Amino acid sequence: MSVFFLRRILTLVATLVVASLIIFLVLDALPGNAAQMLMGADASPDAVRALTVKLGLDQPLMVRYLLWLKGMAVGDLGNSYVYGTPVAGLIAERLVLTIPLAIMSMLITVVLALAAGIYTAANHNKLGDVGVMSLTQIGIALPNFWFAILLILLFSVKLQLLSAGGFAGWDDGIWPGIRSLLLPSISLAVVQAAILARVTRSAVLEVLREDFVRTARAKGLGKHEVLWRHVLRNAMIPVMTVMGLQFANLLAGTIVIENVFYLPGLGRLIFQSIANRDLIVVRNCVMLLAAMVVIVNFVVDVLYAFIDPRIKVANL
Amino acid sequence: MREAPLLEVKDLGVTLNTSRGPAQAVRGVSFALRRGETLGLVGESGCGKSVTALALMGLLPESAVISGSVRLDGAELVGLPDAAYCKLRGNRISMIFQEPMTALNPMHTIGHQVAEPLLRHTGVSAAQARQEAIALLDRVGLPDAAKRVDAYPHQFSGGQRQRITIAMALACQPDVLIADEPTTALDVTIQGQILDLIAGLVAEHGMSMILISHDLGVIAENVDRMMVMYGGTVVESGATDAVFTRMGHPYTQGLFRARPRLGARKGTRLKTIAGTVPELADLPAGCTFADRCAIVEARCRAALPAVVDVGGSHGVRCIRTDVSMAAGGVGA
Repeated sequence: MSVFFLRRILTLVATLVVASLIIFLVLDALPGNAAQMLMGADASPDAVRALTVKLGLDQPLMVRYLLWLKGMAVGDLGNSYVYGTPVAGLIAERLVLTIPLAIMSMLITVVLALAAGIYTAANHNKLGDVGVMSLTQIGIALPNFWFAILLILLFSVKLQLLSAGGFAGWDDGIWPGIRSLLLPSISLAVVQAAILARVTRSAVLEVLREDFVRTARAKGLGKHEVLWRHVLRNAMIPVMTVMGLQFANLLAGTIVIENVFYLPGLGRLIFQSIANRDLIVVRNCVMLLAAMVVIVNFVVDVLYAFIDPRIKVANL
Repeated sequence: MREAPLLEVKDLGVTLNTSRGPAQAVRGVSFALRRGETLGLVGESGCGKSVTALALMGLLPESAVISGSVRLDGAELVGLPDAAYCKLRGNRISMIFQEPMTALNPMHTIGHQVAEPLLRHTGVSAAQARQEAIALLDRVGLPDAAKRVDAYPHQFSGGQRQRITIAMALACQPDVLIADEPTTALDVTIQGQILDLIAGLVAEHGMSMILISHDLGVIAENVDRMMVMYGGTVVESGATDAVFTRMGHPYTQGLFRARPRLGARKGTRLKTIAGTVPELADLPAGCTFADRCAIVEARCRAALPAVVDVGGSHGVRCIRTDVSMAAGGVGA
């Protein structure tokens, strides 16, 4: 067990170091000088040079990279070129929206997907299976921003139950925040749930063909008992893999939905920073996303070991 | 027959729905099994022996069509609702499968899996079931049963896993045990041990057993009576001694000649039965063995031959027993 964790953690750290190097080099290789960008095309060369020195952009590449690593270690990510405020604060402001949004959509995704996936697998090739699977086909084909607009039309315009956009924050307690994230998280969840439901269904069907399912039936267990007690846990590995990918995707890939609902999330921050050439913000945001993807995968790997007793001894 | 049979199968037929259309996997299988009696089912792969076993267990896919009658202690099992069948499976009628490596759930401890039928069918508490599971694992010869009861299947060898599935099948002391090729997937050195273990347990509890094998040697040593299956039908049946003394069906004779032998001179070719097993989806109207039979005649292909009693309830489904049995039977 400890060897398993140690290896996993070493891989995690190594991946993060490689990711940071790639992110740093790629953003550094972009043409154009940040100082020039900030001061405009008409700025005097002296002033641009002075700003370059002030931002530390005249230092050698390696030094700048190491300074960045050191900054991340102590939580000082530098100041935004554009706003002049600390990058860490900018990101933190966005995370209080993005992380709850990702968690809420993931919860909705999992509930919908497991229910649909298990139901269809248990009723393989029957009417219910065909019906629900057709729905998931539609779900996958739906653009989520379009579905989001339908939700706004129904719940905000017609029924006037929820607001059409904006984020209430967490200052007035938990409910206003959750209410304002409800429609966005449903719009994000529907497409993902459709995909995850299909993954769940095929994973369950695959396990249902295993010999030990017949053994369990031969012991006198009914079909539903076999499904709940013997099949589901075995089917969870592929399902969790996809869940991990989807969660990582929710952290970064929600910019369209953020725009539909006017939400100040991480996706919008990245988009705006790229447009403004606020490279220090871009670099740190991308690094944060890379770290979150790696950490989510790490958590999924650890969960595998909890679910499947064979993994602890296997060479991972 | 003095006492009523425990298990009585009459004219059992199974039609499976395959991708190439309906296949008559089993037809006209009839036999009776008394309490404490052991019956062997022998034949090549695809001859219908496993399908027969699954039909008795009620574990065929829903698309399978089953005809005829299977009675356990007089109660009809064909067409029994699944909920009622669940009360019998693992309780009065149990099965051991061929592949011990895949027959156990990799995610559950072996103790849990052996205790499961006890929890399902008897009113014992979880703690009692666990104690009982340890006792069962000990009885089937799993070393250190008390310590290893919480281990997972992947921590055991194939032979040990088969012992675990045996413990599982016998947990509720069933009346009938069906062992479907229980040693085929095991090392040769372990096969004998496992068969002895099964035979010992069957005798100890006075169970009836149906032993399925493609190995005539295994059948010869372990059962009172035997049935030879080919193309979904029983081609020969009778007391094991009687069948081995006077093999009546050309297929049984061919199967016997085809067994490998120790001490054969080097370079001696293994005898085979010419031709291939017929497709179940496309069975001939007459004798299923006609295409591979050395003494086939035109009338063999006309209709499925009836079973001929050649004495002492030894039955042969062949119209040419006068020739096949006169030729000295085995001819080895």
